[in-house]
Amino acid sequence: MKPRLILLLLGVSALLGLLFMGLGLNSRDLPSPLVGKPAPPFMLEALENAEVILTERDFIGEVALVNVWATWCGTCRSEKPLLMELARGGIPIHAFNYRDERDSALRYLNVSDNPYRTIAYDPKGDAGIDWGVYATPETYVLDAEGVIRYKRIGPLTRQLLLDEVLPLIETLRAGEARRMAQS
Amino acid sequence: MVAELGNFALILALCLAITQSVLPWLGAWLGDARLMRSGRFLATGQCVFLALAFAILVWAFAVDDFTVRYVASHSSADQPLIYKLTAAWGGHEGSLLLWVFLLGAWGFAVTLFSRSLPREVVARVLAVLGMVSAGFVAFTVFTSNPFERVVPAPMQGRGMNPLLQDPGMILHPPLLYMGYVGTAVIFAFAIAALLGGRLDAAWARWSRPWTTAAWVFLTLGITVGAWWAYYELGWGGWWFWDPVENASFLPWLTATALIHSLAVTEKRGGFKVWTLMLAIATFALTVLGAFIVRSGVITSVHAFATDPERGVFLLGILSLTLLGALSVYTWRAPKVGLGGAFTGYSRESLLLANNVLLAVACMAVFVGTLYPLALDAFGLGKISVGPPYFETVFAPLMLPLLLLVGLGPSVAWKQASPGDTVRQLRWACVASVLAGGLWPLALGTWQPLTALSLMLAVWVVLTALLDVRRRLGSARQPWPTRLRRVLRPSFLGMHLAHMGLALVVVAIAMVNTYEVERDVRLAPGETASAAGFDFTLRRMESVRGANWEGDQAVVEVVREGRPIALLTPQRRYYDAQPRNPMNQASLDRSATRDVYVSLGERLEGDAWSFRLYYKPYMAWMWGGGLLLALGGLLAAADRRYRLARRHRDEPQVAVRRHATIGETIQP
Repeated sequence: MKPRLILLLLGVSALLGLLFMGLGLNSRDLPSPLVGKPAPPFMLEALENAEVILTERDFIGEVALVNVWATWCGTCRSEKPLLMELARGGIPIHAFNYRDERDSALRYLNVSDNPYRTIAYDPKGDAGIDWGVYATPETYVLDAEGVIRYKRIGPLTRQLLLDEVLPLIETLRAGEARRMAQS
Repeated sequence: MVAELGNFALILALCLAITQSVLPWLGAWLGDARLMRSGRFLATGQCVFLALAFAILVWAFAVDDFTVRYVASHSSADQPLIYKLTAAWGGHEGSLLLWVFLLGAWGFAVTLFSRSLPREVVARVLAVLGMVSAGFVAFTVFTSNPFERVVPAPMQGRGMNPLLQDPGMILHPPLLYMGYVGTAVIFAFAIAALLGGRLDAAWARWSRPWTTAAWVFLTLGITVGAWWAYYELGWGGWWFWDPVENASFLPWLTATALIHSLAVTEKRGGFKVWTLMLAIATFALTVLGAFIVRSGVITSVHAFATDPERGVFLLGILSLTLLGALSVYTWRAPKVGLGGAFTGYSRESLLLANNVLLAVACMAVFVGTLYPLALDAFGLGKISVGPPYFETVFAPLMLPLLLLVGLGPSVAWKQASPGDTVRQLRWACVASVLAGGLWPLALGTWQPLTALSLMLAVWVVLTALLDVRRRLGSARQPWPTRLRRVLRPSFLGMHLAHMGLALVVVAIAMVNTYEVERDVRLAPGETASAAGFDFTLRRMESVRGANWEGDQAVVEVVREGRPIALLTPQRRYYDAQPRNPMNQASLDRSATRDVYVSLGERLEGDAWSFRLYYKPYMAWMWGGGLLLALGGLLAAADRRYRLARRHRDEPQVAVRRHATIGETIQP
């Protein structure tokens, strides 16, 4: 066999291998350019009380989740029980109520559980643009300094929590504790 | 019950395909005429059962049989009938069934039009087609069965994606799939030639019409796809270098190269090994395209819902195709031999340059398409390669190709003199430089690349006309004789296709340089202008279609006080997906420009956002695409291919005996 043909076969095998590796990847798993950056600033009314103005400072202080939801979003409703578990487990969850109506959002939270500690009311999606919201639901993990560490587009699942989100929160909390001890 | 019949027909077709991939081959190997003949019956039977399966699927759509899962998720009862029928290929499973049905149809066509071919060749070709068919029908049956039931059946289907409810959907997929599947025939001819060790002018003559026919369908499919994208997506784009578009463009490039290299193989016996390589590559790229579209390795607007199991299966088919074909190639290609010699300046050398340019262009598009995947696989981040890369790489390769298109037909085979060419073509050259240089001034600013593209397009047309004139010959001969010489389909077809290419080049150069796009806000009674046209929003209306309602704007277009058109762009809300409005742009088309309005969102008050476009020379793009296909069609239909076969009946006997002997000695 000529060396040229061996090269050809090698090239083809490499291509096939590449395609096989490609099958294992998820091309829809979009990375957010915001991961690793500080939480974008915003100024919004609180959902419960239009007099109270919330800013990104209200989301920062300890390791926390930020969830983007709306009453018109069916997936958000189905995701909520999982968020309730997290909230009961002591993980603070902040939220943007995204392109929604205040009355229906409050009614929805009144008749069911409320996992959220702070809810910023974003009826026009102003903060949503800065935070790079593609679609509801979305969930961010903020560290204690307010840096975005993780972003999930679409609903959280139990598997995802166990594999990625909870270990990340553990690590971030451990780092935070170490720094507190040193200072 | 009917769906089960479809499933049954599909499984029968699979059994026939498997048999077809073994028996005729065995026959050619053993020299058994009865086994060889079985290929024809098996291919016919396979085509019948695949047609039956496909007809049953279409029937299930026509009668809204929502007990079939695929129907329930791609159609709904209120869809207009035509879109119920086209929904049959609106998703992965059904489009795959169309794919295999067309493959069966090509196989049947081979049995019809190959009566005069040596039976060993037909047997081997049909065996290879059987293998391809077995792979894809098995893929359909085991991973993507469109006849799967759903219990309990929903009362109403989910409806076809509104984006697909368009006349483009009726034509684009079937044409493109005809082209894709046609490449399997080319592949089968190449493998048959390798196995038989016989690759001569006769083989090239048999392969040429099949190659050209597949290429015609690919060309039409791509053109209709671009035409559809242009008006349907609402922003006037017609080509996006999207991975799936590239997947159809890659085999088109290699098939174009193959058409030209086959010409050398037929006329001069040259480029044999290279021709085989191109034939294999064309089919392999088609399978790669199917893999890209249907496995989800690359995100694209076209991609079907994805499933890793399907990806693995398709990758298996691709591996078998590539490794199998290349093994045969490494084993047999050295026996094929080389062709006649030619000098540095001859039609062969120009066609060689054509092939090199097309192959490099194909590599460039290939790399750009798979590069994001490679980076991702090695954990180097996610990127997408966009139009800037492709345009930068592609244009410098295509411009010299256009120069060659003009030169090729007027240069002699084997040996030519550059001096003669210069003498023949110098006025064409001067005329095209002048015309291409002045033309842009009629539209606006003068840009070198645009002018160069136009010069080359004019050059292609002028040299083609000169060649026709030369072919007409001396004026002393009577007209009928002269006309008969020119009206040879293959000759005319070549020049028509080349002129079609020139038209496409003009359209691309013009629209890329001189298109105007404006985003405006209009309330009823207000006027905005773009590119010398005044657009006045007369009123807004509500309209209701079969399964959608929408807002419609009535926009009056006026140029220098003269009314041009009344355009009615719409924003449609389909009942099945009301949250996902569809833009229906409205166009006024004319020979040298389109005016294009698309309706955006409602703004505050009674104002709406609009997009206004001025698109010069778009009609030339579609005309060019059609002319390319028409040229190919003429060339493929040339009587020469059929006559030549009949003439060869005598020597064939000898050849056949020779092939059989060769075959029995070699293993």
